[in-house]
Amino acid sequence: MNNNLILEMKQITKDYPGVRALDQVDIKVKEGEIHALCGENGAGKSTLMKVLSGVIPYGDYDGDIFYEGKRCEFKNVKQSELMGIGIIHQELALIQDLSIAENIFLANEISKRGVIDWDEANRQTIALLKKVGLDEAPEELIKDLSVGKQQLVEIAKALSKDIKLLILDEPTSSLNEEDSQNLLKMIKELKSQGVTSIIISHKLSELEQIGDSLTVLRDGKTVDYLDFKKDEVNEDRIIKAMVGREITNLYPEKSNKIGDILLEVKNWSVDHPLYDRRMADNVSFYVKKGEVVGFAGLMGAGRSELFRSIFGKSFGRNIKGETYINGQRVHLNNVSQAIKHGMAYATEDRKTYGLILIDSIKNNVTLAGLNKVIKRGVIDDNLEVRDSEKQVKALKLKYSDINQDTLNLSGGNQQKVVLSKWMYTAPDILILDEPTRGIDVGAKYEIYQIINQLAEMGKAVIVISSEMPEVIGVSDRVYVMDNAVIKGELTKDNVSQEAIMRTILKKKEEVKVNGETKTTTA
Amino acid sequence: MAKLKQRLLENKLIKWMRGNEKLALLGSLLKDNIRQYGMFMALIIIMIFFYFVTNGISVRPLNINNIILQNAHIIVLAVGMLFVIVTGNIDLSVGSVAAFVGAMIAIFMRRMDIAWYIATLMGIGIGILAGMWNGFWIAFIKIPAFIVTLGGMLIFRGLTLLVLGGQTIGPLSGGFNRISSGFISDPFGGELHWLTLIAGFIASAFVIFSTIKKRRRRIDFNFEVLPIWVSVLVTSLTLIGINLLTYTLAQHRGLPNVSIILFVVIVIYTFISKKTKIGRHMYAVGGNKNAAELSGVNTRKTLFLAYTNMGMLAAFSGIIYAARLNAATPKAGELFELDAIGSVFIGGASMSGGIGTVGGAVIGALVMGVINNGMSLLGLGIDWQQVVKGLVLLMAVWFDIATKNKR
Ligand SMILES: Nc1ncnc2c1ncn2[C@@H]1O[C@H](COP(=O)(O)OP(=O)(O)OP(=O)(O)O)[C@@H](O)[C@H]1O
Ligand SMILES: [Mg+2]
Repeated sequence: MNNNLILEMKQITKDYPGVRALDQVDIKVKEGEIHALCGENGAGKSTLMKVLSGVIPYGDYDGDIFYEGKRCEFKNVKQSELMGIGIIHQELALIQDLSIAENIFLANEISKRGVIDWDEANRQTIALLKKVGLDEAPEELIKDLSVGKQQLVEIAKALSKDIKLLILDEPTSSLNEEDSQNLLKMIKELKSQGVTSIIISHKLSELEQIGDSLTVLRDGKTVDYLDFKKDEVNEDRIIKAMVGREITNLYPEKSNKIGDILLEVKNWSVDHPLYDRRMADNVSFYVKKGEVVGFAGLMGAGRSELFRSIFGKSFGRNIKGETYINGQRVHLNNVSQAIKHGMAYATEDRKTYGLILIDSIKNNVTLAGLNKVIKRGVIDDNLEVRDSEKQVKALKLKYSDINQDTLNLSGGNQQKVVLSKWMYTAPDILILDEPTRGIDVGAKYEIYQIINQLAEMGKAVIVISSEMPEVIGVSDRVYVMDNAVIKGELTKDNVSQEAIMRTILKKKEEVKVNGETKTTTA
Repeated sequence: MAKLKQRLLENKLIKWMRGNEKLALLGSLLKDNIRQYGMFMALIIIMIFFYFVTNGISVRPLNINNIILQNAHIIVLAVGMLFVIVTGNIDLSVGSVAAFVGAMIAIFMRRMDIAWYIATLMGIGIGILAGMWNGFWIAFIKIPAFIVTLGGMLIFRGLTLLVLGGQTIGPLSGGFNRISSGFISDPFGGELHWLTLIAGFIASAFVIFSTIKKRRRRIDFNFEVLPIWVSVLVTSLTLIGINLLTYTLAQHRGLPNVSIILFVVIVIYTFISKKTKIGRHMYAVGGNKNAAELSGVNTRKTLFLAYTNMGMLAAFSGIIYAARLNAATPKAGELFELDAIGSVFIGGASMSGGIGTVGGAVIGALVMGVINNGMSLLGLGIDWQQVVKGLVLLMAVWFDIATKNKR
């Protein structure tokens, strides 16, 4: 064996009922490098890393793991941790009701004679948080942090252990541009300290930016290995290996015709349900028939909160403002009224708000549009199976059985189930909150195509996204939101990453001076 | 051991079935319902066990009849509790509500001379109100169910003591008593109770008819269907089961009145849980309240209904129990809630909500009932019965966890 390999996994095979998640996968990682792992949704990336870290114990898979030259048989996570392997899972695994420090030192408490030394723990927590660019207090509760910040806490938690190999499963999928860059810098920093990393991501540009080598999985098999120093690496090549065909254009061509105003919201304000904080402050905007409108901004700008409060008052307190659909004033007091008025809102956080994980794909898909499979008060099972299969197949969902629990789907495929649910209600106004989070390039393209199709059918589509290229790529018009207000509006002709950033950086006063409606252009 | 068993089941048999084109559907059906089938098998095994140790007394017509009569009030409760637990909650007050309903009916009949059927309807009304009371605090004021129903347990027990003045009221009217002690009369007369046998035939015909209809529908939709021999086998076993039961009962006095109540309750609630919007919504609320809410489910209304319904079924339970004793006593209904909750969990429901079936809850109640009955036949007292029931509950849930393939 090559002695500068820190890790070699050979012929790893893992079966789940109905699917072979890994099929004789080989992967090699050199000591001190950043190794990228990519592949389509459900290719087996997370599963492979679960095997490596002992989440899937020895004996539940076939094949061999050689780590630092030794053959390893991890029976649980603790054992791999002792060897210096740390993993940050795709789905956050923090305890919401505990503080940052409590989470970081969970099962790893610093104690003196059996008593936890919180002063020391807090001191170390502050240092760790600083490393990941957070300036939160150690006592702050996890549930009060945004998803982006929670992710950073996860990383701080991994750093608190003495690790040599850090596995990051889609660490940036819920981070904004700036935080992502910070994180990548940090991984490089760790590299200079001798820590090896394996990073999984669907953001290929990031992998190109920091990777030293790369393994591509497809359908549970290793299909490509690239060394960034020796091979010529570019996105097209990676994509081709991932999906097995070429994708030339990341954003499909559009041919939608824009009509009259379909949804208009005037002077909308909403407060945080618990704290004295404005989440949206006197916001006004409109969307026309056949139009795709983007909502750009940084994580935490208040976009999700704004739309959840519009969508049947499902968020916040002291909601003020007016909603018009087709020029008619509507009062959407609960979600089912919003759905009846043709609205759909696909949430960003699939685990907490999007899916019933312990329920089947079928039941999740039909939940919001159950009336369509009810005949004379009775659910028609067969119709339900047929409809839900049709719906998920349109999004190329990878699954083995329509009755399987959504819990066992890969992250990206779970996201597709959330989208299927809302597509099934056949909405006129579709609000998509971070619709491509954790979704592979091929599937992204399909989702953009669906957005375009809906627009061509004369529907209004709102896309909330923190990925600027995406907002720019799919939208006809873009609102820039920051700190609970709309800071500006950009059209297809003048939108660019710089323009969005410039708009965000505008001072609040400046916006106020510019006009009452706050929908001034940049 | 359990893990080994699970592996065998999971990996060899089911995988083979799922790999085999013809049996794939059966394999996935088994996999999805392994818990329910497992508990059903356990019930059969327990019955066979008692058959041998009691020298066949346990399956004599009289005893089968007794098992139904002795457990009807728990089965009814378990069905209601299933829905409450599926929404991710609990109801500790059902025993007290049952007692209170029984007490009020006794007072209506004995002290106020109200006709038994009107008194019974009023009793059901009281149960519904009690359920609404719990539901109001839980669904609308958002007080944890454990607290609200613990309070309800005390409140309704206290009210029972109050209205009865600590005394037992009985006997009650003959009409009321017949709810639990009466039998459907046989127009044919003779040794065997022919009407019961005919009921068995009608049920059989219905099973055959609906199996064929379902199969046709699946074919219409171009879905996979079970191989014909599997369908025939399963249907035949079901028919044998139904007719064996009715034949046994026909040798005694036929169908007891409560069996009709049970049959109707089980059929209606199975239907509600599987085939209606409100049923689906209960599972959704228990599975993920946030996601359900954002998908347009009115979570408050759903919870409120689950408790209102529970109140009604608690009233049924109280009525069945009081009618069997032919008296209302201050101690009626004690520990009913635990038997009902135990049945639901033995039947495969999940503590955290979203998972469970009506059939499972009924089987759970029967498992407990058959064990109780068998042990009494052997002369073992309530002491041993409690120990064994506790162990059964633990084992059942252990089996549950062991068969769930994690991650
Ligand atoms: N516990 C499980 N039970 C059954 N199937 C599973 C389970 N876990 C994963 N799978 C299946 O294994 C396959 C690989 O899943 P995995 O999570 O590794 O994909 P991934 O490459 O990480 O995808 P993504 O990019 O969407 O996160 C998928 O088809 C998934 O449905
Ligand atoms: Mg994954």
